[in-house]
Amino acid sequence: MKYPIIPYRIFPLGDSALTIDFGNVIDEDVNNCVFASFHQLKQHSLPGIIELIPAYSSLTVCYDVTAFKKKAHNGKTVFESVKEWVEEKLHEQFSFNEKTPAEIKIPVCYAAEFAPDIEQLARTKGLSTEEVIEIHTSKSYKVYMLGFLPGFAYMGEVDERIAMPRKQQPQNILPGSVGIAGKQTGIYPFASPGGWQIIGRTPLKMFDIENENPTLLQAGQTVQFYSISKNEFENY
Amino acid sequence: MSLKIIKAGVLDTIQDLGRYGNQRLGINPGGAMDKFAMQTANTLVGNNLSEAVIELHFPASVFLFSQPALIALSGADFSASINGEPVANLHVIAVNKNDALQFHRPVNGARAYLAVYGGFEIEKWLGSGSTNLKIKAGGFHGRRLNKSDELPFKCRNDFSALLNKKEFRVLPWLADTSFPDDSKEILVLPGNEWDRLTVTSKEMFASTPFVVTKQSDRMGYRLGNNPLSTVSTEELVSSAVGFGTIQLLPDGKLIVLMADHQTTGGYPRIGHVITAHHSRLAQLKTGDGIWFRLTDQQTAEELLLKQNQHLLQLQNACTFRLQQYLQKHGY
Repeated sequence: MKYPIIPYRIFPLGDSALTIDFGNVIDEDVNNCVFASFHQLKQHSLPGIIELIPAYSSLTVCYDVTAFKKKAHNGKTVFESVKEWVEEKLHEQFSFNEKTPAEIKIPVCYAAEFAPDIEQLARTKGLSTEEVIEIHTSKSYKVYMLGFLPGFAYMGEVDERIAMPRKQQPQNILPGSVGIAGKQTGIYPFASPGGWQIIGRTPLKMFDIENENPTLLQAGQTVQFYSISKNEFENY
Repeated sequence: MSLKIIKAGVLDTIQDLGRYGNQRLGINPGGAMDKFAMQTANTLVGNNLSEAVIELHFPASVFLFSQPALIALSGADFSASINGEPVANLHVIAVNKNDALQFHRPVNGARAYLAVYGGFEIEKWLGSGSTNLKIKAGGFHGRRLNKSDELPFKCRNDFSALLNKKEFRVLPWLADTSFPDDSKEILVLPGNEWDRLTVTSKEMFASTPFVVTKQSDRMGYRLGNNPLSTVSTEELVSSAVGFGTIQLLPDGKLIVLMADHQTTGGYPRIGHVITAHHSRLAQLKTGDGIWFRLTDQQTAEELLLKQNQHLLQLQNACTFRLQQYLQKHGY
């Protein structure tokens, strides 16, 4: 596939970063374009570019103002200089064929004590909890991005029949909790306040600081959930 | 060569300039809240600007030194004393074996920094010594400092010749951190969703003070304010946010993201506090007022550049004075 394929807009994110915005959407093609652009800019990175942060439909470039200011004497702001560099690199035709990591199967226990919101979700959607589990495990999901917390994978998209907005009041959520927010599904690697509808819990360690690659999931990966019993969870 | 915590503070952690390059994995940069103050403390004791220091909140720990050492304090004024005698920020202090450093009351500011000559011997995680409390990594075993913790120094120099049997000695110079601009104003660049605010709310943002509420910590400051209103409530898909990003919550209140901010968020970003004013922001405490004023990219970049130049000048001056002093005393 040749990139870029989607028009974008660049805006400053404060004075030390800019965001390339490909549209406010959750969409596989747009997300592929984000990661293709991520690799293109990474490959041609400059001194003074601190890091690149891909998200659903945007790519953020963090830069060191002082490092760029030293080079520029043309009266341009550093934002303008970095923006021009981004535009130049994204104007080139580039391809992106990185191997997608293998699909990963994730065990989830959907038992009530691990799933504080599953009953309410089922009731709201006119389903039984078994049907919610059946629908959640019936398809695989794409990891669109990691963000929010270390190793938190934003995945999508869940079937409309189990899609449900975030809760108004954030609750304390335990590590391993599997949740739904709109058509997104995700796993909390750490305890955190959060508004996602929690429908189960995985015994897997989603983030391991001892590991060189600390996150279990990577952006672009495909995830398939499968249901395990409470007994299996406890002996996992 | 070490210091020991003989009484634990409320939240004292090892911090440096932060952990970059991992936000794509959701790992936030963290680091010192007031990086200007943290770097100033390092310049005084001749360290690299990026050396890890201890960030102190009030009530702060009580420290005991096992051997003579060179230290410096910066940032908030917590009315420090050594063996009961008051000592000021922004000086190099030669402390002696068994000297006790403690902090008595918060005079101004919210975060103080303690640097030691050569830095602390700590294990880095992903290239940084900063403590990430959420995931218990980096710094001192990934946690705040507790009673009986002992932090070893990298430097093994014996500084006893500087002390001449005195308990401690304040070296005779001061780091000048004053700026011509001493106003309390916090400059803000408009965020991508700034135009979601109604005209009245935009005016309110730039003309009324906001208050730092109790729900404020290293992750972010919740501000007390009359709710701001928007012309659009279109949902945003998550994308990157940063230190200083001002988000508008669904109830119309504001949150300013600080050092331990999450990497991405989905609330409207109505503005971003300029990097040169992060230091000012970091020294605000519960109940303090914030006066925001909008600025432009050019001004923000120039102020940041000026601040960094100021730091480099400080570093040159302090390194020179310290080297001279140490040479004179046979080091």
